[in-house]
Amino acid sequence: MTLERFLYLFTRSYVLYPFIAGIAVSLIAAVIGVSLVQKRYSMIGDGLSHVGFASLAISTAVGMAGSVWISLPIVTLSAVFLLRLRESNKMKGDAAIAILSTGALAVGTIIAQKSTGLGGDVCNYMFGSTSIFAMTPGDFATTVVLALLMFALYLFFYHKFFLVSFDESFGKAIGVRVSFYNTFLAVLTAITIVIGMKMMGAMLISSLIVFPSLTAVRVCRTFRSVTVAAAILSVCTYVVGFALSIALSTPPGATIVIVDIAVFLLFCAIGALKNRVKRG
Amino acid sequence: MAYLVCDDLSFSYDGRKVIEHLSFSVEKGSLVCIVGENGAGKSTLVKGILGLKKADTGSVKMAEGHGHSKPQIGYLPQQSEQVKDFPASVREVVRSGCLASRKCSRLGFSLSGLSPFYSGFEKRQADAAMERMGILDLAGRNCSELSGGQKQRMLLARGLCAAGRLFLLDEPTAGLDTAATAELYQLISELNQNDGMTILMVTHDPAVLPRLATHILHIGQKENFYGTFDSYRTTEMGSRFLGGEIK
Repeated sequence: MTLERFLYLFTRSYVLYPFIAGIAVSLIAAVIGVSLVQKRYSMIGDGLSHVGFASLAISTAVGMAGSVWISLPIVTLSAVFLLRLRESNKMKGDAAIAILSTGALAVGTIIAQKSTGLGGDVCNYMFGSTSIFAMTPGDFATTVVLALLMFALYLFFYHKFFLVSFDESFGKAIGVRVSFYNTFLAVLTAITIVIGMKMMGAMLISSLIVFPSLTAVRVCRTFRSVTVAAAILSVCTYVVGFALSIALSTPPGATIVIVDIAVFLLFCAIGALKNRVKRG
Repeated sequence: MAYLVCDDLSFSYDGRKVIEHLSFSVEKGSLVCIVGENGAGKSTLVKGILGLKKADTGSVKMAEGHGHSKPQIGYLPQQSEQVKDFPASVREVVRSGCLASRKCSRLGFSLSGLSPFYSGFEKRQADAAMERMGILDLAGRNCSELSGGQKQRMLLARGLCAAGRLFLLDEPTAGLDTAATAELYQLISELNQNDGMTILMVTHDPAVLPRLATHILHIGQKENFYGTFDSYRTTEMGSRFLGGEIK
């Protein structure tokens, strides 16, 4: 691909829309990821993305393919349900997620088979690929507005999220409504997955949530610096991954994950070097 | 004047009754050491007082609740419950204690309580608490790089930001070496004597009772004891616990 052709693509709305929307999604995914990873909630994001797949199959079956207004309630309710199950201690958290994940995959597969068949649609839901370039102006606006709204909400409650991530029982003891903020976090996660999964693919979306904060933690040692670094890293890896996928004609979601892994390894090395220097 | 009144409290843990019909009242300015065997329900009681665990029967009342707002209690959790590796600076951890003083209005929240920033007052309060605990120079450090004693002092400072006049400590010296333990007891004693903070402390260490405790709450298998340290000494329960291994 010539450079001219590459730059030309970025002036077209079918590339520009998902490009900009993705930046907004990677921003919110990164900051909520910092809390999720520290709370050992990473797998909740993964479980919910499977539910997201089922919701995409359902929305297609009822003729509203990919509508966030079908996915949002389904995934959000699942998030609240998962959290309640964990808190009630009736079932181990990871077992609950495993059941929800496979259950949602099974339901999604059957619905897809019965409606459109197990073809290209299912592949798109799972792995993103070409569905990213079918963003309507309505989708674009919804995604960007939701992402920025959630980003603002997260920053507004940043200290509360820090407290419930660091020490839940202390939070409860001093009268902070811990379960409210946990639910809040789960709902933010659900919304992030719904607006992000069509681009990244349901199977790859949780990488946007876990990678930036895991990478940032290798080098940064305060909560604020980790949050800021994760946000910056997330946007950078998204932009690089997206551009590479256009240039190399690879699926965007998978390409972004590969870039994430590369940066993660780089930061591991920097972190190890930093530790060695410190120890002298 | 009674500061904290526990009336007819019963708790069960994993379906097993651990504390039954316990009543006691804590006077302002006292330092109550809570002792008893493992599994007697000491931590459960602390959690009950904090409202983290629901009592089967009975009630906990605090004298100084301003109207409907929850009284402010400082809390130092058991060390085993602490997060080991967490990307947070000492300053961030200590400041989070300030979130307690954001009183809720009748509506459930107030505008100042919702502020996304710490106020100048809250920042000064956190700095003062760190200075008090002798960790101000560590403020920028990552909290998991601290030694055991420094960690406990950080959590004490966080509790100070949250505390009104009451502080609950759950085995504050567990896992600390002798020097760090002595240092921590000194700080706790100062909080009680100089600041008039009412303190409830769960401990396994009989040696500390004569030095610190004004009152003892001994939770036993069959019976409980609550009273001043001097009267505790004269009981069979007390002399056995204080005497260590004597049969």
